[in-house]
Order: sequence, then C-alpha cells, then structure tokens
Amino acid sequence: MLSARGLGFRFGSITALEAVDVDLWPGEVLAVVGESGSGKTTLLHVLAGRLRPDAGQVWYREPDGPRTEVHAMPLPLLRRLHRSDWGFVEQDPRQALRMDVSAGGNVGERLMAAGARHYGRIRAEAARWLAEVEIDVARIDDRPTTFSGGMLQRLQIARTLVTEPRLVFMDEPTGGLDVSVQARLLDLIRTLVRRLGIAVVLVTHDLAVARLLAARIVVMQRGRVVEDGLTDQVLDDPRHPYTQLLVSSVLAT
Amino acid sequence: MKGYNFAYLDEQTKRMLRRTLLKAVAIPGHQIPFGAREMPLPYGWGTGGIQVTAAVLGRADTLKVIDQGADDTTNAVSIRRFFARTAGVATTTRTASATIIQTRHRIPETTLTEAQIIVYQVPQPEPLYQLEPSRTETRRMHALADYGAMHVRLYEQVARYGQIAISYDYPVMVNGRHLMAPSPIPAFDNPKMHRMRALQLFGAGREKRIYAVPPYTAVVSLDFEDHPFRASRAAHVCALCGDRASYLDEVVTDDRGGRMFICSDTDHCASRRESAP
Repeated sequence: MLSARGLGFRFGSITALEAVDVDLWPGEVLAVVGESGSGKTTLLHVLAGRLRPDAGQVWYREPDGPRTEVHAMPLPLLRRLHRSDWGFVEQDPRQALRMDVSAGGNVGERLMAAGARHYGRIRAEAARWLAEVEIDVARIDDRPTTFSGGMLQRLQIARTLVTEPRLVFMDEPTGGLDVSVQARLLDLIRTLVRRLGIAVVLVTHDLAVARLLAARIVVMQRGRVVEDGLTDQVLDDPRHPYTQLLVSSVLAT
Repeated sequence: MKGYNFAYLDEQTKRMLRRTLLKAVAIPGHQIPFGAREMPLPYGWGTGGIQVTAAVLGRADTLKVIDQGADDTTNAVSIRRFFARTAGVATTTRTASATIIQTRHRIPETTLTEAQIIVYQVPQPEPLYQLEPSRTETRRMHALADYGAMHVRLYEQVARYGQIAISYDYPVMVNGRHLMAPSPIPAFDNPKMHRMRALQLFGAGREKRIYAVPPYTAVVSLDFEDHPFRASRAAHVCALCGDRASYLDEVVTDDRGGRMFICSDTDHCASRRESAP
C-alpha cells in the first residue's frame, strides 16, 4: 500500500537519507530501527508526506483506487488523508494533543474534522475509545494537563485511531515511559493493530519493541538501509556487522 | 468642513477601500487585508467601521450610528457628528430612514431593506484566533475549509456547560464556505444576518481586515445536530415599551438590588412608545 524508491534527504551537508527503498503491505507492521541520528524519524516524516525528499518518490495505494505519489498530492487531499485514512503518533503526545481541550474533545476532533456534527454520537465514540485505551471514562471531561505520561500517550493513540485509519506512522511511541507502562502500552498497541488490521510504520531504537510488534524490520545506519527482512530472522541471525552490534548490545543487558 | 476632503479620508484611500470592499463582496466571509489609516479616534472605538463608512458614504446618504443598540452613547454620538461635520450628510436615529448604519455590538430590531448598508465595527476578524495563534496557519485552515477545530470549541462548551454558551461573536458559516466572526453582536442577532436584504460590511481597523456579506447570502450559526443553535435573550419584558421579543439590557437603578430591563435598541423602543396609545 505504501512504497518508496530511492529516497534521499539532506539537512545542509548532512545526509539523512540515501537511496532508501521501503515497501509496506496492508495490515503489516514494519519497524525501522537504528541508533540516534540514523535517519529513522526523517524517513518517517518523508513517508508521511511531511517532508519533501530531495530524491526518490513515495507511492500510496487507496483500497480500490489508483496509486498516487504522496508528494505530488495537492495539499487539501494530503490533509484529508492525514485526518482520516492515516494517523501519526508522535513521540511526545503534547505535540499532537490539544492540552487545553478535554480528553473527549481531543478524541472527537478527527471525527468533527471528518464532518461529524452530532454531539451525543461524538461523545459516545470518544468514551468508547477511552475505554479501548484503558483510560477511565469518568475522565472524559478532564484536560490532558492532569494526565500522566502513559495516559497521554494512550490518549494520543485513541485520538489517532478513532477514525479507524488504514495506515499509522509511529515515532518512538514508548519513548520516555517507564518499563511497566511501556509493556502495557505495547500490549495495547499490538491488540488494537491486530484487531483493526492497521498497517504501521514504527520507528524505534528498542529492538524488544520491534520484536514484539513488527513482522518485518528495516535496520538503518547513517541514512542507509543496511539490512531488512523478517523480524525474527534479522534479530536471530543478523548478517550486517552493524545489526550484529545492535543485537549483541541488547543481549548484553 | 474646510481643509478636509469629503468624509475626511482622501480619495486615493477611499479608492483603495472600495477595491477591497468589492473583493470582499465577491468572496462572502473572506477576510481581505487593507491599508488601514490612522483615524482621529483610538483603536477599538471603530476605526475600521469609520473607514468603511467613509468609503461608501455619498452626499445623498443619511447616516445612523449605534453603539450597543443605542443612538445616544458617546461612541455613536461622536461618529455621527464626525460625519455630519466632515461630509455634511444628514444623520438620523431612525433605522427606517437611514441609508447607511454603522454599528457596534447590535443589529437593529427593525428589518433592514435592500436600500440600506450596515457597517460593523470589528475588533477581532479572525474566528479561529482562540484556537490557533498563527495567522499563517489560520489562513491555511480557511483556504482548505479545515474547520474541525472550531467544532472542538463547541464540543468543549457542551461538555462543560451542557450547552453552547457562546453569547456573543458566535461563529457563523457564510455561503457554506467561509467561517466568519460576526463581530461582537449577541448570538440573538445572528439569525438576522441570514439572507439579510441589506449589504453587510465589516471593518477591523487595528487588524487591517475587511470582509462582507452580500444581500441574500446564507449565514448559518455553527451547532450540533442534537444541540442546535438557540438565540437567547433575557426572559423579561421591556420596562419602557413592553416588548417581549426584543433584545434587552439590564440596567442597575440603585445600590439596593434594584434593576430594570429595557430594549437595547433605543430607536426600536422609542418608536414603539410613540405609536402606543
């Protein structure tokens, strides 16, 4: 459903992406791993149409529609895609949430942007999604400023999934959370993604997260894809020296 | 008045204002930037409205100016006298006999006609400013008709107060396309804007924006299907003329809790009292 060929991106003299090819199939979870500065997040932003690549193209195929080039799409179309069929989960939920709007309003925003105009139904849907992400429904009118870090991230996930997107981009969704909260969040993401059949591009530096969620994995180093394949295969039998280093550094702990 | 051009502003400025007004009328509800001039009154007192009035005023026009519905408040009296002196036009307090009505905070109770123009003084022309501080971003939202955020504000109102509790400057959708701030008129007056026979012009002097609603244009207040827009007024009767349907002001009459409700539209109230037996 999403495929990229020959992506290149530079920040001035720094090469963030070079000759990157990516393919994503419907319902598949693809993890992008690598150390800080390896171009993971840049790749995510380019795939999502937020950054225009210096070289290469990204193609998206609608369920029964033609293939369209993401960066050639008119802005209104790309926006519509971003608030209906696509979702983006930021590492810092404060960037995505409206902190001065109640939890219910945050979850309902995408519905209202898509044209929902019935308060009762919007609220019921928001309550249902709060329950899905294990936030107490009694807190529907509380502002996110009163929520803990883990709750904020779960709220962001509810807000993103409420329109049942086909494709979600996730940037370190478990970053900055403590281990027990991470585990519950991962479990939640895995359950929801499986049930709704969402395709996910997941950026993470944590190989355990990749192993738990992703079927396929792409290993990046200095803007290049150094290895890709099935998650278990890559992690159990890494071929590239850099992947071997990554895997061994996890096993050491 | 000697030493001044007709209606104070020079002809080049009026020409610029008229071009802006034409553009505004062509795209109902869309804010058009213009080069607002320094006027001999402070920002917030109607510098935008007074420039629009100066641009559309002709020698044969009759001007009425209202402030909070009243013809006799400082702002209304000053602006009326300003044009009487700088343009020599006839002025009136009668809604029916005015050809141009400059207003702050109200739309007259008397139904306006095709022969009339109503000029609103606007402090804040951007309906999205409370939601999105960046003007670059609000312009993009208008361009893409991306107004979901406005409904989030209404959702918050219902969630917190059980109803949409915006009582003035209630956001409207103009011609099914542009979200517009109707200036700080009470929500009670919003339905009067819908398919109004008169031309409606809006001037924001400090923010340097002009917008317009041509006659017979659809102006719909935003709402939810299950929480429809309601025009609210104080549940009282005017103490002077006995009107049960007009918009009322609450006037404190002493320091022992005494108060009365009277029509906010002074012309409406006076003409009702005159025609009463």
